[in-house]
Amino acid sequence: MAEPAVTQDEKKEEEEQKVVDEGIEVGISRLTEARIEQVINQVLNTETGARLKTYVNTCIHCGLCSEACHYYMSHDKDPKWSPVGKVKQTLWEMIRKKGRVSPDFMRRAVEIAQTECNLCRRCLQFCPFGIDIAYLISMVRRICHKLGITPLYIQDTAHSHSVTMNQMWVKGDEWPDTLQWQEEEARGEFPTLRIPLEKEGADIMYSVIAPEPKFQAQLIYQAAAIMEVAGVDWTMPADMGWDNSDMAMFTGDNEIMGRVKRTHFELAARLRVKRIVMGECGHAFRSVYDTGNRWLGWSHPPIPIVHAIDFYWELLKDNRIPIKEKYPEPVTLHDPCNVIRGGGLMEKARYVAHALCETVVEMHPNREYNYCCCAGGGVINCGPPYKLKRVKSNRVKAEQLMDAKARGAKVIISPCHNCHSGLKDIKNYYDLHMDIKFFGDIIYQIMEKPE
Amino acid sequence: MVDQSNWDWETREKTVPMDPWKDKFNWVEEPYASPDGEHVAAVVNQDEEEFNVCVNGETWENPFEKIWYLRWAPDGRLTALVSDMAEWTVAVDGVPWENKFAYVWNTLFSPDGKNIAVAAQNDGMYCMVVNGKPWETTFQNMTYFAMSPDGSKTAAVVQVEDFGEGEIHKFQEGCFTVAVDGQAWENKFVNAWNMAFSADGTKLAAEMRHNLYDYSIAVDGRPWDKVFQCVWEPVFHPVTGSVIAPVRTGGKWTLAQDGEILWEGRFLQAWHQTFSADGETLAAIVSPRYGRWTVAVNGRPWSVTFSTLVSDLVISPDGSTIAALAKEDQTWKVVVNGAAWSNTFHMAWKPVISPNNRHVGVKVEKQGKYTVVINDRVWPQECEAAWDPVFSPDSEKVLLRTVENGQYLRRILPVTEITG
Ligand code: SF4
Ligand code: SF4
Repeated sequence: MAEPAVTQDEKKEEEEQKVVDEGIEVGISRLTEARIEQVINQVLNTETGARLKTYVNTCIHCGLCSEACHYYMSHDKDPKWSPVGKVKQTLWEMIRKKGRVSPDFMRRAVEIAQTECNLCRRCLQFCPFGIDIAYLISMVRRICHKLGITPLYIQDTAHSHSVTMNQMWVKGDEWPDTLQWQEEEARGEFPTLRIPLEKEGADIMYSVIAPEPKFQAQLIYQAAAIMEVAGVDWTMPADMGWDNSDMAMFTGDNEIMGRVKRTHFELAARLRVKRIVMGECGHAFRSVYDTGNRWLGWSHPPIPIVHAIDFYWELLKDNRIPIKEKYPEPVTLHDPCNVIRGGGLMEKARYVAHALCETVVEMHPNREYNYCCCAGGGVINCGPPYKLKRVKSNRVKAEQLMDAKARGAKVIISPCHNCHSGLKDIKNYYDLHMDIKFFGDIIYQIMEKPE
Repeated sequence: MVDQSNWDWETREKTVPMDPWKDKFNWVEEPYASPDGEHVAAVVNQDEEEFNVCVNGETWENPFEKIWYLRWAPDGRLTALVSDMAEWTVAVDGVPWENKFAYVWNTLFSPDGKNIAVAAQNDGMYCMVVNGKPWETTFQNMTYFAMSPDGSKTAAVVQVEDFGEGEIHKFQEGCFTVAVDGQAWENKFVNAWNMAFSADGTKLAAEMRHNLYDYSIAVDGRPWDKVFQCVWEPVFHPVTGSVIAPVRTGGKWTLAQDGEILWEGRFLQAWHQTFSADGETLAAIVSPRYGRWTVAVNGRPWSVTFSTLVSDLVISPDGSTIAALAKEDQTWKVVVNGAAWSNTFHMAWKPVISPNNRHVGVKVEKQGKYTVVINDRVWPQECEAAWDPVFSPDSEKVLLRTVENGQYLRRILPVTEITG
């Protein structure tokens, strides 16, 4: 297999790049050892239960999980990047020292927890005891949140959630205005198309993440076109709660996570929809399907959540999207952690890929064993300062993609926003020359449209 | 409240054919029935970028380039958010407010319908607009909105300090507060969220966060002395004027009054606390244990619990009837005073309690067909659309508004015709 191309300049760039994150540094400057000790013990004693204790007591440090981690594999198996290595450098040390760790220790701990683990749970697949490293790293993030040392970019996003209930400071008027603009645009192609706003009693509420109205409004256009062609009874909310994303979940600000998720579910309940269909986003799925709902006391989502993969599967299986001709370019399918390991949608994703595309080249490994994109878990949301580390920490992904490319794949399908952005950075850094698409892009391109 | 005694409670049936609308217009959007049931209206498309509102077959005098959020005010006036030449305003019975804005949204009505308010944006600045008149002060951002029960006051959560992209520490100093009629509170908070006015409209309470961790309730700008791990939206006691809010303490939820713990019980969740009009009964939706939901009345949970969701809690003014919806997997139920009805549904709407507190009526849907249920007896008519039932002031009759076979129907039935 060919080695991914990394130029000398880029290597130099990496050496030159020393990350100074104001979110972390200002927070660290305000810390005292007493405060650190108090917060660590408060979180460990009152916010964790049997699960943490079991994990800590059960792990035999066998290292079977190490090769699961793309960070470890991409850094020549340096143990400091292994799943357990990361826990050793953070949580175990905090437990061992009963919270008596220094501000410098916390600086490194937050860097590991927020930028060196994607909470992708690949390592969980390989642990004989089912130890969930992602859960342990999440606890570190919670401690860092409570200490006020979360990286700046993602903290800003959590602030946006707290004010606007969306992740990109989209204001109350900008959201419905954008939907109406997309509706108007789409009427050029589908003269009677509607994006039905606030239609109580519709079958489905369609929810998206805030980057869509902010930067990728064409995705809303495409979704509306698909709904129109498939004859779906749907609505989009005009009110707060339309954004299903959740960076507060990834900063450990559980209270804001809960508030954002409550707003989302209660909005769907107010609109009396049967189901919430969400766009192609993975972390949002984790938040509404697993983490956020549970924090609120809902053991499962109070209104069923259907990920776009599942929804497209349903529409294609029922022949509700007439296809002109299949997508001709050979594609490969990236399995996003949160919907595959987290939601079990691997076979449905393949059904959709095969229904839409002439040739599907499998990546290896795939399905629940697929390598993470290294963007998820809030890592990409920690912003440009960490970009180089992020792409360099996923050389294995580049190799995996290159292998799929060598077997003919030209296009990567990535049914997740975070993966999309992460894979784009990887493809650029390693000169992969592959296109990246959502399922929605392909459906929109090949479906029959009015003349 | 609107005086319903002068509505027609005698004529058994009135109809408005709606099928012809489909031929007259390019398309007809979802219909809305007036509160008294005399009119049915829908946004209709007449031409490219030409929309109108059709009411009982007649369109408003002037079309608009865009129309959305068609809603009846409680007093029977019909409102919509309308746009021409990229300017937005509210049209009331087809007549747009004189003042125009870059955008308007989130229509609010006072219960008597006399006051209509919207959130508005002009030149990137935000304010509330009441009956066409904007606040004198505008703000750089505005998030949550509220109107006093008599409609004379409006409030919003507003941004009062600048902070740039990524200025997280400036943000954490507190850049938000609440403005009432454009007048911002002096205290600034990291966040403020849902608000509630007192019954007489003189006081306002809001959820707030001092920093990233300490939550409380601010009343007229002054936070409670106590802080909590989290809070949900406050309500005022209808008689004493004290403020009650769900608070999270020790990882569990309960209710607090004016900052002091009110209920002894601790729950996995507690929210949507609601008072009877006499203030004697206080009920809330609670989760007594993980994954189970019910209603607690004056602190005591009903013995019946549900797995998926409890919502739409309503209490009669005297507190004798408490109703809510409950969901188990995909099945919706109606629960009254702790007992679930035997009929179940694919969807249900907020229960309506009759003025004599004795009947509970609910709009429901099963297999795509809509009808109304009163006291667990299903009205056998299957409809294409239906609206909430309205009981007559003497609680003897019920107004039913439906669409059947492409025709809108307004029916007055004796309640006993459904309940037997
Ligand atoms: S969750 Fe993913 S990124 Fe984190 S340690 Fe495990 S494999 Fe590595
Ligand atoms: S595989 Fe499991 S037991 Fe072994 S080191 Fe990893 S987490 Fe510990």
